[in-house]
Amino acid sequence: MTRGSIEIEEVSVSFEDVPVLSEVSARAEAGQLVGLVGPNGSGKTTLLRTISGTLAPDSGQVRVDGDDVHALSSKAASQRIAVVPQDTSISFSFDVRQIVGMGRTAHRGRFEATTDEDHAAVEAALERTATQQFAERSIDAISGGERQRVLLARAIAQETPALLLDEPTASLDVNHQIETLQLVRSLVDDGTAAVAAIHDLDLAARYCDSLVLLSEGEVVATGSPESVLTESTISTTFDVRSVVGTEPVTGTASVRALEDRDPPRGRRVHVLGSGTDASRVIAALDGAGYDLSLGPVPAGDTAVSAARSLGSETVVTPPLSTPSAEELRTATERARTASAAVLVTSEHGVDPAVVRDVLEDAEPLVIVQADPSEEPRSDGIENQDVRTTGPETVVDAVTAVLTDADASETAPSDPEYDDESRNETDATVPGSGEQ
Amino acid sequence: MAWTAGLVALLFVTVVVSATIGPVEIAALDVVRAVLDELVVPVGATVDAGSVAVGPLGSVPYPSPTMEYRPLFGLDVADTTRTIVVNIRLPRILLGAIVGFALASAGTVMQGFFRNPLADPSIIGVSSGAAVGAVATITIPGFAVVDLRLAAFVGALVTAFGVYAMATEGGRTPVATLLLAGVAVQTFLGAVISYLLLQAGDSLEEAVYWLMGHLHYSTWDHVVFALPVALFGFALLAVYTRDLNVLLLGEEDAHYLGIEVERTKRILLAVSSLITAAAVAVSGVIGFVGLVVPHIMRLLVGPDHRILLPTSAVAGAAFLVAADTLARSGAAELPVGIVTAAIGAPFFLFLLLRREVNGL
Repeated sequence: MTRGSIEIEEVSVSFEDVPVLSEVSARAEAGQLVGLVGPNGSGKTTLLRTISGTLAPDSGQVRVDGDDVHALSSKAASQRIAVVPQDTSISFSFDVRQIVGMGRTAHRGRFEATTDEDHAAVEAALERTATQQFAERSIDAISGGERQRVLLARAIAQETPALLLDEPTASLDVNHQIETLQLVRSLVDDGTAAVAAIHDLDLAARYCDSLVLLSEGEVVATGSPESVLTESTISTTFDVRSVVGTEPVTGTASVRALEDRDPPRGRRVHVLGSGTDASRVIAALDGAGYDLSLGPVPAGDTAVSAARSLGSETVVTPPLSTPSAEELRTATERARTASAAVLVTSEHGVDPAVVRDVLEDAEPLVIVQADPSEEPRSDGIENQDVRTTGPETVVDAVTAVLTDADASETAPSDPEYDDESRNETDATVPGSGEQ
Repeated sequence: MAWTAGLVALLFVTVVVSATIGPVEIAALDVVRAVLDELVVPVGATVDAGSVAVGPLGSVPYPSPTMEYRPLFGLDVADTTRTIVVNIRLPRILLGAIVGFALASAGTVMQGFFRNPLADPSIIGVSSGAAVGAVATITIPGFAVVDLRLAAFVGALVTAFGVYAMATEGGRTPVATLLLAGVAVQTFLGAVISYLLLQAGDSLEEAVYWLMGHLHYSTWDHVVFALPVALFGFALLAVYTRDLNVLLLGEEDAHYLGIEVERTKRILLAVSSLITAAAVAVSGVIGFVGLVVPHIMRLLVGPDHRILLPTSAVAGAAFLVAADTLARSGAAELPVGIVTAAIGAPFFLFLLLRREVNGL
């Protein structure tokens, strides 16, 4: 496939005096997939339409392979850029091969018949997208995922050095999302320069070489997915609290938006654990409205950044060293005075000795482990009120143990706990009160 | 290809059969013989010295060539048969074929252009414009000097251009605006026609007869007028069939695929309006051919305009010849517009009820 590049230089577009894009610059080199991310109405689609030449910018330039797109004829532009539109309503029932064949329009003269080259390009595109099995079917008789692949095949048949995609995965099932983006990725790896508007931030982080974060028509951040997708950029552009972690399988950035909290219940949960498992527990508990404290955890752990981004109190130890006596004392105090404690177990989790110390007086205690049906990894804990649960159900488990504790509070006094005094202590703990 | 060939054969059969039918029965073979006998080959040319008088300058000489022809076959055909077939029935049949051909072509293009199954050749007001021109020459005494065909043709083109100009802003012509402007202008011209009819007096009957659409007064003149426009227009449209296919994906997609959308729309609109205007000018407002024939052909051959346009055109020709034969073979001749609508509407409803037009 030909090599290309897309250069967007200070492009401004307005509709009837309302600015939609202001001085947007970005570039995609050959072999690069650049993701446009941003909330609805941030200008992603407008930018794509400007790059494709459909919209003329008020100022600025879009160059593909060095040529100003808006100075080219539609045919010349279509030999350079192919577009996979978001939603094509095809009202007359062409079959799939005919639709893909239309990708060759820009390569044919008005009086030229279909050439062998056209045939070869169409068949190659059908094969690459695995659409040849329904090439004879009518476009309105196939599923949405198949239709998306057909539109991609049409763009492939166009044999352009540059490719634009508008939400290629919107309204697709997860399996089709992955299939589609893998296909795009393989085209890009063959040397195509591609720009795609993708609203799923995790997918964008996973498949794009770099991201351009748009908000209200302006570039907020641009660069590698990790540098663009941060809690602060997401909270300013999407107006939502989030946790950015690392997707455990792909190792790419993963954004989790959090619900607005319920009115604070003034209940703090102490979490002991590290890594992404602990981060997810922290995010889930935060989403459910609990205040949090964490520790001790080594500096640099993902759980630390998750907890800090949520404004939780964290006991941090220097990396690769055991917690000092002071740190242990603080953490133990936080665990003891919390309404409940959660231990997140994992392969290389917290040192069992530290666990025993910190959680000695922490009750009720919820132990989170990947497979709750296994023998609890008690690490020698001798607490009385222990419940074991899986990572997905941690919020339910914490809520349940607290409800039980509340019930026993009104029941005839149980010498084992003293919830009342613990709650009183809670209220005085800094960082745990109302938010 | 097979479809087109088959339909062309059907058209020929329809024409021949149609020519046998009438007050005087003529055998099919005699029809063929009469037509073949008209074919001539040039055998030579002589040049005479002609001269033309130019006022006071006297006469100016000029060479006057005369071609000599010889019948190709030299068949023995009775004079009455020859007159009936060649001078009476054939112009009417051929004109019917041309009008059907033109209307079905324009209808196919308009339905694709508007991506709307209800579009017909007159959707942007071509027929209404033609009707105003024609009715004006019939009903307004001072206008009678204007040739009716010419008035209808010009009225049609002026209307089409006016609607296009009104719907265009900044070099773009949104299809929805065009459609609405067409409807509004048709309504307005409808009022004009009604008013003219109200004032028509004695000429009312003639005007109404024209409005119903008929092929009654067909002559070779009409054929010579309409045939070149229809063929030329069809050839232009045929060149744009692939673009029309791509336009069906939507204008934005068409642009992505390399179509100059606005220019293509302008050409398609202008050419289909032109051939519709030519058809309406010679036959009046014949409805339903341009609406129903493309639908039927789309069901049979699919949406690809490279096949759909020629098959629709030929089928439209055969359909109108057959309908006109029916119109003139009754005890009293009916305007063919009544026949096409009376056959076309129920047939269309039949397709609709069988849900076969859903895929359009």
